[in-house]
Amino acid sequence: MRVPLNWLADYVDIVLPPEELARRLTMAGVEVGDIMRSGEEWEGIRVAEVVKVDPHPDPEVERLRLATVELDEDERHTVVCGAPNIAPGQKVAFAGIGTRLIDGRTGEPTVLKAARKRGVESAGMVLSEKELGISEQHEGILVLPDEAEVGAPLSSVLGETVFDLDLTPNRGDLLSVLGVAREVAALSGGQVRDPSIEHAAEGKPIKGRVAVQIAAPDLCPRYVAALVENIKVTESPSWLQERLLAAGLRPINNVVDVTNYVMLEMGQPLHAFDFAGLRGGKIIVRRAGPGETLTLLDGTRREMTADMLVIADAQEARALAGLMGGSESEVTERTTAVLLESANFSPAGIRRTSQALKARTDASIRFEKGLSPRLPPIAAQRATKLLVEICGGHAAEGMIDVYPVKEKEARVDLTQERLHRVLGVELPATKVRRVLESLGFGCRWVPPDRYIVRVPYWRTDVKIPDDLVEEVARIVGYDQLPTTLLSGEIPAFSPQPLLRLRETVRDALAAAGMQEVINYSLTTREALAKVLGPEELAINPPLRVANPMSREYDYCRPTLRASLLECLAKNVRSQPGMLSLYEVGRVYLPRDRELPREIESVCGLVTGRRPDRWGQPTEDEAGFYDAKGLLENALDQLHLQAHYEDTIDYAFLPGRTAEVRTAGERIGLIGQLHPRVTGAFGIKADVAMFELDLDALLPHVSSVPHYQPVSPYPSVEQDLAIILPEEVPAARAVQIIKSFKLVRDVRPFDEYKGTQVPRGHKSLAFAVSFHNPAGTLTDEQAGRERGRIIERLKRELGAEPRS
Amino acid sequence: MTSLLDTISEIEQSAIGELKSASDQSALEAWHIRYLGRKGKLTQVLRSLAGVANLDERRAGGQRANVAKERLEAAYSEQRSQIEEQRLSSVIAGERLDVTLPGIAVPRGRLHPVTQTMRDVLAAFVSMGFQVAEGPEIEWDHYNFEALRIPAEHPARDMWDTLWIDYEQDGRRPMLMRTHTSPNQIRIMEKTRPPVRVVVPGKCYRFEATDPTHEWMMQQVEGLAVDDGISMADLKGSLTDFARRIFGPERRTAFRCDYFPFVEPGMEMRIDCFICRGEGRLEDGRPCRTCHQTGWIEILGAGMVHPEILENVGYDSGRYTGFAFGLGIERIALLRYGIEDIRHLYANDLRFLEQF
Ligand SMILES: [Zn+2]
Repeated sequence: MRVPLNWLADYVDIVLPPEELARRLTMAGVEVGDIMRSGEEWEGIRVAEVVKVDPHPDPEVERLRLATVELDEDERHTVVCGAPNIAPGQKVAFAGIGTRLIDGRTGEPTVLKAARKRGVESAGMVLSEKELGISEQHEGILVLPDEAEVGAPLSSVLGETVFDLDLTPNRGDLLSVLGVAREVAALSGGQVRDPSIEHAAEGKPIKGRVAVQIAAPDLCPRYVAALVENIKVTESPSWLQERLLAAGLRPINNVVDVTNYVMLEMGQPLHAFDFAGLRGGKIIVRRAGPGETLTLLDGTRREMTADMLVIADAQEARALAGLMGGSESEVTERTTAVLLESANFSPAGIRRTSQALKARTDASIRFEKGLSPRLPPIAAQRATKLLVEICGGHAAEGMIDVYPVKEKEARVDLTQERLHRVLGVELPATKVRRVLESLGFGCRWVPPDRYIVRVPYWRTDVKIPDDLVEEVARIVGYDQLPTTLLSGEIPAFSPQPLLRLRETVRDALAAAGMQEVINYSLTTREALAKVLGPEELAINPPLRVANPMSREYDYCRPTLRASLLECLAKNVRSQPGMLSLYEVGRVYLPRDRELPREIESVCGLVTGRRPDRWGQPTEDEAGFYDAKGLLENALDQLHLQAHYEDTIDYAFLPGRTAEVRTAGERIGLIGQLHPRVTGAFGIKADVAMFELDLDALLPHVSSVPHYQPVSPYPSVEQDLAIILPEEVPAARAVQIIKSFKLVRDVRPFDEYKGTQVPRGHKSLAFAVSFHNPAGTLTDEQAGRERGRIIERLKRELGAEPRS
Repeated sequence: MTSLLDTISEIEQSAIGELKSASDQSALEAWHIRYLGRKGKLTQVLRSLAGVANLDERRAGGQRANVAKERLEAAYSEQRSQIEEQRLSSVIAGERLDVTLPGIAVPRGRLHPVTQTMRDVLAAFVSMGFQVAEGPEIEWDHYNFEALRIPAEHPARDMWDTLWIDYEQDGRRPMLMRTHTSPNQIRIMEKTRPPVRVVVPGKCYRFEATDPTHEWMMQQVEGLAVDDGISMADLKGSLTDFARRIFGPERRTAFRCDYFPFVEPGMEMRIDCFICRGEGRLEDGRPCRTCHQTGWIEILGAGMVHPEILENVGYDSGRYTGFAFGLGIERIALLRYGIEDIRHLYANDLRFLEQF
């Protein structure tokens, strides 16, 4: 909403400088998004006085004359001018050579050049309103008021300051200059001057000539019609055009301009029908029939549905209620009588129709915010007055006003106690009353505690006592209210173990050198099909977004894999060395008729060449065991024992993939990605990846680690090397070794396959820590236990000791 | 007699003289053997004393020889430590490290700047007694809109352009990507009784084209405090405290009226611009871009929980009042790190992320 301050000043005295007024409005909830100053574009254009007008020396040229203008005593210019209205003594807008302006014919911006017109040099130009961009007037030059100071910049005479408001959806009343004037009055202590609605009614009564019927009172609570005859449709006067342009609306003709003017002034959208285009003098407000169509003013032909409201005559629909008129009843130069509609429509109905037809108009924007049903007759009278004054019409006597269910005046009771409770401060009753009255509320103070408040009709947003609390607070100023810290009881603590787990894992991975990334939660089916098998996608189809912004983001991701690989693909070129990335985020698994299951998921990957002592990439490629180290480190941070078992997965390389399990439950997956998968993302290097399901992990995590006292007795460290069949996992040997009573810890430290061991076998070495919790262990005792271990490894795994 | 004492003095003098030229360990040891060894010159003199008949003479000679021995031993150990010190310093000089070379590379990991900012924001509220809870990212229309007083045809729906899930129930689409964390106000109050003090972090989504200040995915923190006696003054105080914890203790805040359907009164909090200190211009006179020359930066939306919402979850709105607020983490991250374009955050360029 654009509010020209000159216009605003019609209804309220503006006593504050524009910046301060804008600040107060903004703080009070009426945000001034921008202060626009028209006239800034008139750089170089000054006020000049026409000192004489001579005929053109070429007698053939009747239309052109030579005007001499004076800017000060020493500066006179002679220009060739075609305007019929130029006369000596006028104050005019003069542009010298090189000034920027709007071309009067094309409407395009241009720079004024020296020109010869019929053999006479023209040293500049006396400008029309159109050339200045303030109206469509191009017939004559703009004549300034006599008091304009010669030589002054034009902007000091004609410049207009316009507030561009960013309004909130609750304040439909502020979509009007008058509504803003009411706020200005309350904020700067002025009185509102309502525009006059008094007008002559010389015509025959409207009654008997026009009939209005509301067939859908749920969508149209009130319909007011007025008739103005004997009008002449033409261009509006300059002042009207200027105001509309300053407010951002294009002038059309005097009738349409009046309806738009009153809409901007009072907030009530109006529509003017060419009365001759309405059959039978009838207005029927009804729902559209099945398949009914209507050609609108913008030339589009729309098919309507049964929940849309139309304004019809005896024959057919003539307007789409609250949105736009139809072309059949459009006001044109041939129009001599107009039927003025000033109605109230249901906000929800207008919004539905506007959305269904993807059409928003200045009218629909106002209706959908909710306007008062008491506004239509006032706006109708105001518009009638202007039609009579501007279009030379005769108003028919009276109006048709159909208002089946009269809305009661709204009354809200506010207690002093409530005001205090919500604001945290006591305000004196006189102050509260003064504030409410300055906004147009009626306020009666009933001691000891109550205000009886009558809500003005335009404030359809005020319904409950707390709405009044806001009114008082915003006019007093939120900054005037006290500032305190929360006192009172702190709620009982409720633990959030999943959050804690998630943040611990996040920290552990970052501490181990991984970079956290955050990807979008939406992806494509194509990307998912690269990392999930077709059956998996078919059995658990991911959720789709019905109205995606682009094809790049249309599915809710059921796995983090795809986005992490896309992220890697984007970075791999700029990063020559080892890359390790991870993401922590939700994945969405659909459920029948329920919200999807959202699982806190972790995905990490490692790729590239390991660094040397200097951090330079070596020839050594990072792989499965790098990923596993990072995962183990994170699980160790949680004091969690995990097991790794061979498995297969669509995205991973068979033989290099393991399920991560704890206490018999699967909590994740780790492996080297299949080259088919990395290739699909354009990644050439090997990538090792792990995934964790934190929801599955959570039950197995204890909040504190199990402590064991440190033993006073020393341990004995001995190595143990065995040759095993290749297919036996090291974990089985570890498990057997660990089961011995005197073994405290065992760690594999070497794996060898090659010429030194028989085919199909591997050599494994373990560092075993022997310990007796009951006393000092000797080397001999440890050695005997070691012997027993070897015996069992032989027996159960077919192992051979290696010397 | 004189000659014996003279002999000892001579030996002592020549020993001290020679010692000075014993510049390494082996020369030093040779010297020690020569004078103090079992067959050393001084030892021999001591030994020869046994053959001196005169008792006084023997005693005097013995005392003098012992003094000489002690002196020579002391000089010896002095010289020895000098030699050792010289040796060490030459070794040190030869094995000098260039301390300016880098240490052994340790892979460096970082949390995403949004994660770091989120943690700081949550920590600020946790220290004020707020607890952290979470809710679903894919929500019902009911929680995201209806229960927050934003029915289907309400014009306020324009404030949240929505991504809808392709799922129909009874001819409507009831499921959406939540547009804000505010549904958790309802979810929390449905489960708990006052006093309530909760912050809810999480991702939100909008049907919105991206530009330097807009992203379609964003992380928010919702705050809710409800109790007997919570007022707008408490709201102002708590949020001012928060702003100072995040943006510096000297920050000033300003509250302006704003509208959200689920609060009444509603407001927006601004802080004075910490780049230009609220002046709108930098010290060199250039316009401040951080605050668009206004001197103020919009930080969050807030308000007193609408009494209808309290009643709908079964709270007595006559007794309980509360405040709610919602803030965008990305915006705070942009401000505190001086990032000029929000789109950098989720583009995940490592050259960007590695800087935090
Ligand atoms: Zn600034």
